[in-house]
Amino acid sequence: MKLKRGIFHFKTPICVSGFAAVAGQKESKGPLKDDVDVFLKGRFFGEKSFEKAESKMQQIAVIKAMQKANLTADEIDAIFAGDLLNQCIGTNYGLRELEIPFVGLYGACSTMAESILVASTFIETGLVKKTISVTSSHFCAAERQFRFPLEYGGQRKRTAQWTATAAGAVLLESGNKKKIYVKSGCLGKIIDFGVKDISNMGAAMAPAASDTIIRFLEETKTTCNDYDLILTGDLGRVGSDLLYELLDQKGVNIRAKHKDCGLLIYDRNDKDINSGGSGAGCSALVFCANILKQLEEGILKKVLFVATGALMSKRSNQQGESIPAVAHLIYLKGEEKWN
Amino acid sequence: MEKKEYLNLVKKISPKANIKKTFLCSFFIGGLICAFGEALRQFFLYFRFEEEDAGAMVSFVLIIITAILTGFGIFRKIANIAGAGTFVPITGFANAVVSPALEFKTEGFILGVAAKMFVIAGPVIVYGIFASIVYGAIFYFVKLIGG
Amino acid sequence: MELIFALLKAFLVGGFICFVGQFLLDKTPLIPAKILVIYVVMGVFLGAIGIYKPILKFAGAGASVPLTGFGYLLCKGVKKAVEQEGFIGIFKGGFSICAVGVSAAIFCGLLVALIFQSRGR
Repeated sequence: MKLKRGIFHFKTPICVSGFAAVAGQKESKGPLKDDVDVFLKGRFFGEKSFEKAESKMQQIAVIKAMQKANLTADEIDAIFAGDLLNQCIGTNYGLRELEIPFVGLYGACSTMAESILVASTFIETGLVKKTISVTSSHFCAAERQFRFPLEYGGQRKRTAQWTATAAGAVLLESGNKKKIYVKSGCLGKIIDFGVKDISNMGAAMAPAASDTIIRFLEETKTTCNDYDLILTGDLGRVGSDLLYELLDQKGVNIRAKHKDCGLLIYDRNDKDINSGGSGAGCSALVFCANILKQLEEGILKKVLFVATGALMSKRSNQQGESIPAVAHLIYLKGEEKWN
Repeated sequence: MEKKEYLNLVKKISPKANIKKTFLCSFFIGGLICAFGEALRQFFLYFRFEEEDAGAMVSFVLIIITAILTGFGIFRKIANIAGAGTFVPITGFANAVVSPALEFKTEGFILGVAAKMFVIAGPVIVYGIFASIVYGAIFYFVKLIGG
Repeated sequence: MELIFALLKAFLVGGFICFVGQFLLDKTPLIPAKILVIYVVMGVFLGAIGIYKPILKFAGAGASVPLTGFGYLLCKGVKKAVEQEGFIGIFKGGFSICAVGVSAAIFCGLLVALIFQSRGR
């Protein structure tokens, strides 16, 4: 059911019937180490390049999610996926062997929420029954595409974020089967407040998160107090602080309910991390490893998941463009029976 | 919030570099590299190298040490602390050549390693050589007229 | 004693040149690549107007190891080549004097790529 431009309530039950998270070495030392399904070790995870390693992560995440839901690849109607690499090669090669009808998405670090939102809309139409949403990022593959060679001796700025090496997959099914349901969603707009610093992505993405949250709360006539958790994608420390300021101006205070994936994924004492984690895999990992588990166990009941993505490329940055951003929102509810 | 207002807020909230630390580290480590270079230079001069060749040998040795440290992944760690202390000396130039060469190995030795080798260090060569040509031309014509 | 004094001079002057680079990095929007280009062009310029030579004489490697020293070297090379060979020296001097450094870097780059692997994180 359409509420307003870009904001939907789903009238049919769309349940999360399986989910899995895969992570790399650094993430295995972080606070989520007990929640992740598969840890991959070594430089290339046994593959021949960082890009291929990312593909492998995504493939494992999908297979693991299907196993958990007792499904096989030929039972899945459609897969919605994307990653950060040019032409989404992490996804294209990772899903090649699974032979599932495929919709490629690019939402940068917002891909987890975007793919769940698109999959839910497909299910709502009744044309598909079982879908998978998957995304990933790899620190080394992202670093060499967006920044410098790994062994180049540069100083990381204190506003910089660390791209997570991780993948997460969510299996959605239509019907009254499990305990977690996708209830509503809000598509983000492309928002650009003129931030140009490629080492300060949190600042570029905070306005997009603010816009999406405000639009959703206004249209659904709810407040922060109606939710147990408002989880933003990867704003990091700097972006979260900016989000609070932006929302304060609109009279919304989410501080008590807010958590950010970029701040949950790594040990805060790790000096490499600076402002926090980032990357499509960051929100995918935190969401699939930790948040969905808490929803399933009933620790959390109502969660707004707002994944944010910065939509620049190295080329647009070199041409002097600012960084546009997008934030997609989904509302998940944990309940015994859909109503 | 207006864009301008927001950008000011970003400036206010974003943590600044710890300049006490970065300034000190760059001075100290940069100074140490240069002092080490001077020790090498004195060493080569002691063994009767020409002044010019001694300088070239210093560069040569520093480049090799940097290349090895880059290969072992140690240079990056030092550079993260040193900042300009490692990228201003010739060590920075060597690292800028070696690191992309190593990185793009997965794309092959022709289009990867070789083609990407000067992706960071190239500008220094291009503008250094260009500046020398400009200076050479001026010097040549001044000499022609004057002399 | 003389040696210690020479090392100290190299340390102080070299350290100062690096510090200026860090200052530009932290206090201006300049990125490392641009700072390096400015440094090398400054080296050529300071060499051309005769300021860099006395600094080099005083600080030795403290002035020759930083990238301004590379610029000065180019400047010195082109001047010498023009004096000896005339017009063609304009295009010859720069590359011939920095040949060792650039060749060593290329050689090391290839060798390191052959021997080592890019490390994961």
